[in-house]
Amino acid sequence: MTLDFKHSQAAHCENGVTSNLLRYYGVDVSEAVIFGISSGLFFAYLPFLKVNGLPITSFRPLPGMIFQRTATNLGIKVYRKKFRNKEDSMAALDKALDAGIPVGLQVGVFNLTYFPKPYRFHFNAHNIVVFGKENGHYIISDPVMETVESLSYEELLRVRWARGALEPKGQMYYPLKVPAKIDVAPAIRKGIKKNCRDMLTIPVPLFGIKGIRYLSKKIKKWPEQLGDNKAALYLGQLIRMQEEVGTGGAGFRFIYAAFLQEAAAILHNNRLLDISQAMTDTGDRWRDFAVIAGRIIKKRSGEGESYAILSNILAEIAERERAVFSELKKFIP
Amino acid sequence: MKKDQVPQDDANLLEGRTRDVCYAVDEKGNYVQVLSTGWEPKSVALLQAWKEINAQVDEAVHLVKTEKASPLAFFMAKCMFDVKLLSDYTDIPKRKIKSHLDPEQFNHLDEATLMKYAEAFNITPDELVNWQKQTDSPPGSGGKS
Repeated sequence: MTLDFKHSQAAHCENGVTSNLLRYYGVDVSEAVIFGISSGLFFAYLPFLKVNGLPITSFRPLPGMIFQRTATNLGIKVYRKKFRNKEDSMAALDKALDAGIPVGLQVGVFNLTYFPKPYRFHFNAHNIVVFGKENGHYIISDPVMETVESLSYEELLRVRWARGALEPKGQMYYPLKVPAKIDVAPAIRKGIKKNCRDMLTIPVPLFGIKGIRYLSKKIKKWPEQLGDNKAALYLGQLIRMQEEVGTGGAGFRFIYAAFLQEAAAILHNNRLLDISQAMTDTGDRWRDFAVIAGRIIKKRSGEGESYAILSNILAEIAERERAVFSELKKFIP
Repeated sequence: MKKDQVPQDDANLLEGRTRDVCYAVDEKGNYVQVLSTGWEPKSVALLQAWKEINAQVDEAVHLVKTEKASPLAFFMAKCMFDVKLLSDYTDIPKRKIKSHLDPEQFNHLDEATLMKYAEAFNITPDELVNWQKQTDSPPGSGGKS
């Protein structure tokens, strides 16, 4: 039994799952618009929280927020459940599939057999949709994969019960009740408004624009403070978060620019096109940052390519993004 | 980023299983999705992470071979488990796991405990004990096991 579900690839798993699930219920909203509605753009630098001895940098809000905020802003009721027992979580999935419901699942990627091996770390906030079961194999729409995949009962159980940080505990979710008429425009306004707040006004200097400025100040001291090797490891971690599968490039900045472009058409406001262009420009600067960082990691940096230059680029990005969100804030009072 | 500038630097890190969706602007300035096989700075950063992991595996191999650590140390390095994560997966207390890293203690483990560890690493108890038979090479190791 396989449901008539359309698998579309997306840059980011949670955007993709949300967009694909909503389309099944006749709500056709692109990945970029989902990202904008859910205020997906973010920046956080958390030097006190370390994974494998490297500080955490994030370009997005906490996992689960994108689906939750999209549903809230569009007035969609959501079913969401975590489990105590492994077999129960599988039985609940089968039951939903039998009832004709494609199911969103949170999974760990370490044991995700179809995933490219170099990307299989203990990361537990990946999202997929199961939309069928054939000969004991579950049919899977994983938004970062080009084609439809499948997993056996044991393989799926294993990834639903990955352990460690952000463990899924078999979590499953799907839209419960979708209103007959969806109005995207107000949801877009709400999403932009919240994103302005997140980027401009969180009163802790680790988040949003302030976080980028903070990192800009810290990064130039890394070689001296940490030594060249450790500094390069810090840099590598940063680039992985910024560019790895799922960001659409430049730490989600290009997806956000794509969102602003679509928003301009939906809200009939050409001013947003200029802001989208400015967002693209900051994305290009994030890419410049990654190019230089990559050369430093490989110890192939040329004259003038140093942590001090990276620091300057970040300071410039912070200023550009401050300008972008200040403009957006004027636009949505 | 322009559509025709989307990098296609394939370092085989996606193993031909998929490509990345990137967002870029077309000739008219409209955003489109473009598939990318990879990008050099990104590959450099990912391979750097694997180089670290592989160095830890090499160190573990040395420790296990010289009987300074049990095969647990090898699989923990290879599968990127720290004691906390292994404890989460097996429900074996961290203190006990630390003691099982001692080859002497490890050799006296019962079947049930070996089974728990093997399950966490997704191998058989036999493979756990005969750890040297593991021949698959980790990413970024250039084929050496």
